[in-house]
Amino acid sequence: MTEPVLSVRNLQVEFTSRRGTLRAIDDVSFDIAKGEVLGVVGESGAGKSVTGLAVIGLIDPPGRISGGEIRLSGLRIDNLPPEDMRRVRGKRIGMIFQDPLTSLNPLYRVGDQIVETIRTHLNLSETAARRRAIDLLAEVGIPAPDKRIDGYPHEFSGGMRQRVVIALAICAEPELIIADEPTTALDVSVQAQIISLIKRLGRDHGTAVMLVTHDMGVIAETSDRVAVMYAGRVAEIGPVQDVVRNPLHPYAKGLMGAIPTLAGEDKRLVQIPGSMPRLSAIPRGCSFNPRCASAFDRCRIDRPEPLPRGTQSVACHLYDSVPAESAA
Amino acid sequence: MLAFTLRRAIQAVGVMIAVGIISFSMFRFAGDPVNQMVGMDTSGAERASIRKSLGLDDPVIVQFGHYLGNAAQFKFGISYQFRLPVSNLLIERMPATLELAICATIFAMLSGILMGVYSALRRDSWLAHAFQAVSLIGISLPTFLIGILMIYLFSVTLGWLPSFGRGDVVHIGWWTTGLLTLSGLKALIMPSITLGLFQMTLIMRLVRAEMLEVMRTDYIRFARARGLTTRAIHFGHALRNTLVPVITVAGLQFGSVIAFAIITETVFQWPGMGLLFVQAVQNVDIPIMAAYLMMVSLIFVTINLVVDILYTIVDPRLRSTVSRAH
Repeated sequence: MTEPVLSVRNLQVEFTSRRGTLRAIDDVSFDIAKGEVLGVVGESGAGKSVTGLAVIGLIDPPGRISGGEIRLSGLRIDNLPPEDMRRVRGKRIGMIFQDPLTSLNPLYRVGDQIVETIRTHLNLSETAARRRAIDLLAEVGIPAPDKRIDGYPHEFSGGMRQRVVIALAICAEPELIIADEPTTALDVSVQAQIISLIKRLGRDHGTAVMLVTHDMGVIAETSDRVAVMYAGRVAEIGPVQDVVRNPLHPYAKGLMGAIPTLAGEDKRLVQIPGSMPRLSAIPRGCSFNPRCASAFDRCRIDRPEPLPRGTQSVACHLYDSVPAESAA
Repeated sequence: MLAFTLRRAIQAVGVMIAVGIISFSMFRFAGDPVNQMVGMDTSGAERASIRKSLGLDDPVIVQFGHYLGNAAQFKFGISYQFRLPVSNLLIERMPATLELAICATIFAMLSGILMGVYSALRRDSWLAHAFQAVSLIGISLPTFLIGILMIYLFSVTLGWLPSFGRGDVVHIGWWTTGLLTLSGLKALIMPSITLGLFQMTLIMRLVRAEMLEVMRTDYIRFARARGLTTRAIHFGHALRNTLVPVITVAGLQFGSVIAFAIITETVFQWPGMGLLFVQAVQNVDIPIMAAYLMMVSLIFVTINLVVDILYTIVDPRLRSTVSRAH
């Protein structure tokens, strides 16, 4: 098996605050292969975005990566010196943020921002970079790119701006794209276009994509595999069809139960009672146990570790056949 | 864009007419001008004829019309104390004030922006804290006190810089400049710093606050995610976005710099319009006071106009909203 483009092992991210250290990401591991789209879902605050930021090295103080490792095509990147990591950003990892309206500097022409990025990473002349920028704009589906390249961000609609942002993210042919809620701020009709664009670009260039979203519909449509995050941990990870059709973790089951089906059966949507714990008050044992219908004694004491189960991997004691020694 | 400029220009003319009314009414509030001009022993008939020859018998509105018409041609009458046309006096003094104000503003902008950027980017360094402390002093100490302290230190104690005047000046046409002689340059240092210190602290605090704000925006985060160099992010992206409010404040402050020059010019006996104005107040020389008021307002209004136009150059969003609105 070839080496995955992105390999995250036992990642921990901590934020130091006056009231102590909060662990936003706790022991998260996953891989993304070349050309694969990994969807990362979870509620707000589950640690999806922080995971993305950790990978691209943009966790700002007081936050820091406190453990684990991140490898990009084998190269360890979580402990690179800042200047080396800067060269990785934009060049080998592209990032797309949630709000295209605020992602572009309003005072610079779209083309200048693309050319600037291209020339930061690739050794191209001004004219060559501009040609490449026009090609990129065409590739992401902006009409009349040779004219639009001289437009300012405010002259573009939200969807068009997100296309520009995508062009910026892919302008140096990165191995990995991290898309952090790329469609949340867009109209539903535009969402579909952007999603299919990201999917197509990933396929055409063989780019690995980490797609962070809370929209299960987007995940089901785009992703090859999906990681369900809860309170800073991966609850379940596996191929998207398997996780959607046959979720194992009670939290994943709850999430899937909350998706309305197109068949329109008159079933009440299942709701997960309660809300995700705050980082400062993560319960002992499995962090989901207070909301879990199937919780038993061990869940309140032991933290479940990810266990392989078929194509999926799930962190839940229900699937652990080995009796716990500490559960007494 | 043209319509926008034109509309602003018309507004500016409106403001100038309003100022004209105020400065015109100064003549009437300050008593009978004829009394100011003639001696105690002038007869009533002579007074009446002077009144008539000066057009003071005309209805107020006609007089005001004359006044505005003359002011538009830069004629402000004869100074009571110097017996010279006010416009000549102003023109003679204007280069000194403008040179001082421009030097003070350049000093304030350069050091204010540099200090502001530094204290935003290195927020926790001791130097940034020192800048903050200095800026507090600059904002709270009155200008004249700083001027006097500097004179005491650099002129009286150390004897490095002249304590008053402009030094040697060079005439270029009607303009006089102290920038071309050593003594002129030396004489400029302390007044410029005194006059610019307040603006400097203001700009520094503004740049710092704006820069911190801009550094938190999504496009800066995205610029970092694009792997741009720190320098490109700080000076290419963040600073330019900081400059819009800085231009406004610096521009508007330039008017205040000229107005505040009165104090600095008095402290340093700087032969500018401000000093002329202070002397005029002491001698109830209404024509000079009225003309000074008009001049300063004209400068304010012009600067406002220029600042509005500058905005559209820095911020493309304004350019298109401006043209779309018409």
